[in-house]
Amino acid sequence: MTQTNGPASDQGAGHLTEPTSRQAGDSGEPFLVVEDLTVRFPTADGLVQAVSGLSYSIEQGSTLGIVGESGSGKSVSSLAVMGLHDAKRTQMSGSIRVGGTEVLGLSNDRMRRIRGREVAMIFQDPLTALHPFYKVGAQISEAYRAHHDVSKAKARAKAIEMLDRVGIPQARTRVDDYPHQFSGGMRQRAMIAMALVNDPSLLIADEPTTALDVTVQAQILDLLQELQKDFNSAIIIITHDLGVVAEMADDVMVMYGGRAVEYGRTREILVHPEMPYTWGLLASVPDVTADPDARLIPIQGNPPSLLRPPSGCAFHPRCPHTGKVPGDLCRTTLPELTRGEHGDEHLKRCHLPDPSAIYEQEILPEIAPDLVEMTVKDEFPAEVGTGLVEDSPSDDALPKER
Amino acid sequence: MFGYIVRRLIAGLLVIIAVSMVVFAIFFYGPNDPALAYCPESRCTPQRLDNLRHNLGLDQPAPKQYAEYMSGYVHGRHIASGGISIDCDWPCMGVSFKYRVNVFDYLWKRVPATFSVAIGGAICFLTIGLFSGIFAARRRGTTADKAIVSTSLFINAIPYYLLALLAYLYLVQSLSIFPQTGYFNPLDEGPMKFIGGMLLPWVMIGISYSTQYARFSRGAMVDALNEDYVRTARAKGLAERIIVRRHALRAAIVPVVTIFGLDFAYLLAGTIFTEKIFGIQGLGLAGLDAVTRTDLPIISATVMMGAAAIVLANIVVDILYSVIDPRVRLT
Amino acid sequence: MTESEVAPASSAAGQAPESYESAEHQSAAPPRFDRHAEAILSVTDLKKYFPVKSSGLVRRTIGHVQAVDGVSFEVRKGSALGLVGESGCGKSTTGRLITRLYDPTAGSMMFQGKDLATLSHKAMTPMRKEVQMIFQDPYSSLNPRHTVGTIVGTPLRVHNVVPDKQVLGRVRELLEVVGLNPEHYNRYPNEFSGGQRQRIGIARALALQPKLLVADEPVSALDVSIQAQVVNLLRDVQQEFNIAFLFIAHDLAVVRHFCPEIAVMYLGKIVEIGDRESVYDHAHHPYTQALLSASPDVKQAAIGGRRERIRLEGDVPSPINPPSGCRFRTRCWLAQDICAKQEPPLLQIGKSHKVACHFASELNQTPPRPVTTGLLGVDDQGNHDAGSTPTTLSTNPGYDDEWYDLKSKSFVKA
Repeated sequence: MTQTNGPASDQGAGHLTEPTSRQAGDSGEPFLVVEDLTVRFPTADGLVQAVSGLSYSIEQGSTLGIVGESGSGKSVSSLAVMGLHDAKRTQMSGSIRVGGTEVLGLSNDRMRRIRGREVAMIFQDPLTALHPFYKVGAQISEAYRAHHDVSKAKARAKAIEMLDRVGIPQARTRVDDYPHQFSGGMRQRAMIAMALVNDPSLLIADEPTTALDVTVQAQILDLLQELQKDFNSAIIIITHDLGVVAEMADDVMVMYGGRAVEYGRTREILVHPEMPYTWGLLASVPDVTADPDARLIPIQGNPPSLLRPPSGCAFHPRCPHTGKVPGDLCRTTLPELTRGEHGDEHLKRCHLPDPSAIYEQEILPEIAPDLVEMTVKDEFPAEVGTGLVEDSPSDDALPKER
Repeated sequence: MFGYIVRRLIAGLLVIIAVSMVVFAIFFYGPNDPALAYCPESRCTPQRLDNLRHNLGLDQPAPKQYAEYMSGYVHGRHIASGGISIDCDWPCMGVSFKYRVNVFDYLWKRVPATFSVAIGGAICFLTIGLFSGIFAARRRGTTADKAIVSTSLFINAIPYYLLALLAYLYLVQSLSIFPQTGYFNPLDEGPMKFIGGMLLPWVMIGISYSTQYARFSRGAMVDALNEDYVRTARAKGLAERIIVRRHALRAAIVPVVTIFGLDFAYLLAGTIFTEKIFGIQGLGLAGLDAVTRTDLPIISATVMMGAAAIVLANIVVDILYSVIDPRVRLT
Repeated sequence: MTESEVAPASSAAGQAPESYESAEHQSAAPPRFDRHAEAILSVTDLKKYFPVKSSGLVRRTIGHVQAVDGVSFEVRKGSALGLVGESGCGKSTTGRLITRLYDPTAGSMMFQGKDLATLSHKAMTPMRKEVQMIFQDPYSSLNPRHTVGTIVGTPLRVHNVVPDKQVLGRVRELLEVVGLNPEHYNRYPNEFSGGQRQRIGIARALALQPKLLVADEPVSALDVSIQAQVVNLLRDVQQEFNIAFLFIAHDLAVVRHFCPEIAVMYLGKIVEIGDRESVYDHAHHPYTQALLSASPDVKQAAIGGRRERIRLEGDVPSPINPPSGCRFRTRCWLAQDICAKQEPPLLQIGKSHKVACHFASELNQTPPRPVTTGLLGVDDQGNHDAGSTPTTLSTNPGYDDEWYDLKSKSFVKA
């Protein structure tokens, strides 16, 4: 419950355990606390070290973004929170506390009552995540009836209400549609309706917009933010897209090779990143305003093997800055998660001395020369992301005929 | 849906007509002379053979014979050959060369036996196959799973006729664990006698056919359990048995339906080994008997019935698809 | 499912040594857009309709999915045209028409003096050498039972480009070009990571030294850090071999980095086409403006600012029964009566900029009256105006030297 079983890698994690103004709840503990979580899968080729020593927490009503590439452990760690790993094929250790209850090692039957009730999840591809053979409404009311002892008619009414709530037009008739009769965006709305039907305290969204079109992505992100206000649930948004994180998340955790490599307030991470992998991610995202003639700056090499992870820092084989670290430290020693240069709430896992200077002098001028001065003087507003913008054309301006 | 079924029925009819032509052609142009079967050359004068051929209508040109034969399917016909004269009502499949009886009546009497074997056997192999397949899939990688898979492979490796013959010899003949097999009309001789006579054939078909269903449904179930929507069902907090039954099984059953449709059609057309070994007077035995006696009308009729069963089974399978999977629209 | 997420990457990176990076040779800036450059591919009024059958007793064709409905564009030698749009807009169908994976319903596709649209499949065979394709999914587009050497070498053998004995040597050269270890020719696709597989796909496409490469979402299945590697590789390849690209993507930012010219598609039609500066900095079609504003921007969001975001309502309508007039009008906040009645022509409004909108303008500068009325011979509501006659508009797939100036509402010459 307290710091007694805090893992070694957690020593610098000031804001993980110390109460801050953001915390709520009776016990003083955040709604979800993950401590030293390790997930491994024994396979024929060896032990896949999917997640190692992961710790984070999330408050009611706030949003955590988990960023990483495929194989970084971002999805695996969230499935562990949901208890969705097959216990027979997974080795897990550490602690996951949902609303004060330890769920790691919980019996399947007790876990079942938390799943969908306390913690709900939406997935990347709503087409495959919805059962193709059952009506959308039936799938939503099934989720409701799994945790509420109500009649089918009541559950159906609830499903209609939820579909309406997530912006499905004519919910009363669409409730009897099959998933394939919905468009991609509507399917994801239906998934969100299904996830929120039991009013969960935590919603895990695993790449919720990756499979969707750009204009629909924006709709879904807006919807999630809007619903979060109404339901006051915590959201974990798992994504490879820093743009999504920038718009949605209060906190960001960057994962690489199964470990958190940088963790803190979104603004801090995006304005003062201190870990070369985060720099690489920021640099490699093309954006619509950058110099089109400049080459994109990729991260060289390939993602690490989880069967035989690199020694020391998992990122060192791809890191262009290892030369700046004295000795052979990057190759030999795994860096701890330690406090960054910009406040207590910023953790990073890197040996590099003076990362801010390197970022401001070497990295930023290449990826966003216009931002160098602002970054050095730290002139950015305290709040990042813009949340819901009110500047979109109002409904009155839209054509009447639909 | 209706238009689709009608179109499929028309297509099926064309298939059956094509089959009938092929069967007819094989016999007409093949080396077999039915007349010889009745009266071997050693015992018959050429004159008698010619008479026989004339009586059987075999001296007519092939297209005429075929047209005559097919007309019986449409409106029945009157057959007068040799000393007999038969009013062959619709659907007329001709008159047996050997038994001089209406082929349809002859075969119709055997339908209950064959259908009893087919339906009972299908229930057995579906039950055994699906249950063991699902059981194995849910315990993938465990000893139970491996035991089921290897048992199924082992049984599969033994030829069915050998398995059935051994079972008959030991379980009925030597040890008398099962009563004498055969088809007994449940209305005349009581249901117990009927079930007793069918029990061993059902069990043998059940065991033998279930092996591929076990492996097939295991594979389909493993796939289904790995589907995203099953993960969604888990994430909703549903009980495991609901996840397996309502979410995974419904998807896993689709490929099983496909092979079941064809297997069941084959069973309906008559199983020669089963009927021969267990002494069941069904369509399979009739067909076998007709082949040995070059009884063209019976052979054609059994082949046509088999073709019809397969065509119908395919249509039923497609309709079942659309019932199971709402994305399938029969157009 | 978790195993499958982690296994491929690990096995790939575990066995393959560091991939050979070709990024060291920093190349010059990509080709600038030159509207006078010779077109290698000239597509005019290309259409692809997929029939929709009725469900009655007799299956009649009761409608068509108008997947591609009259698109015209040119791809210039050694240049790149980006084809952008959301799913179902017809961009991938267009790519498949050009490579003749589909047969077009109508229109022409002139390539090196031949019309690819009307060539028989036999006559098309030698052309396939010249027009190659890179696919989106590097997992399903490589045969898992063939070695990399076979995959890359097969086109060489099929088209008898090099003697059999030299195939292997050529394969190794190609692997080196795309930044893979040439000694890995005898490995199987599953031993490579997603980015490496896409490199294999590129090597296969390069094997026949095509003049035109159709790249259908070549990076959208890849991780961000790998996307940049592949985009850079494509850029190098383009300059080294002087290949023209038709680059199909939904990601405007990636396209902007690769293509000097961009066409935006919506429901089977091109709504805006032009050089990069015109489309990105002076977008005149509301759909382009919406797309641009919808793509999340990390750096801007990080500093607290964000471009004005236009939220489009609803979904793309069905291409079986597209809206009358302008197809975008059901989601457009500018739409008025004329948009339902008259289809806006793809009008050249600048040196190298065409747009199909009755209210073509930069964001927030919407003209009070439709700009197309005079040209179409209609009044502001889209009804036929007896007093005016429609102007015959150019159907040139490229750009004319004379265009319609929106400010003066008259044709001007360069």
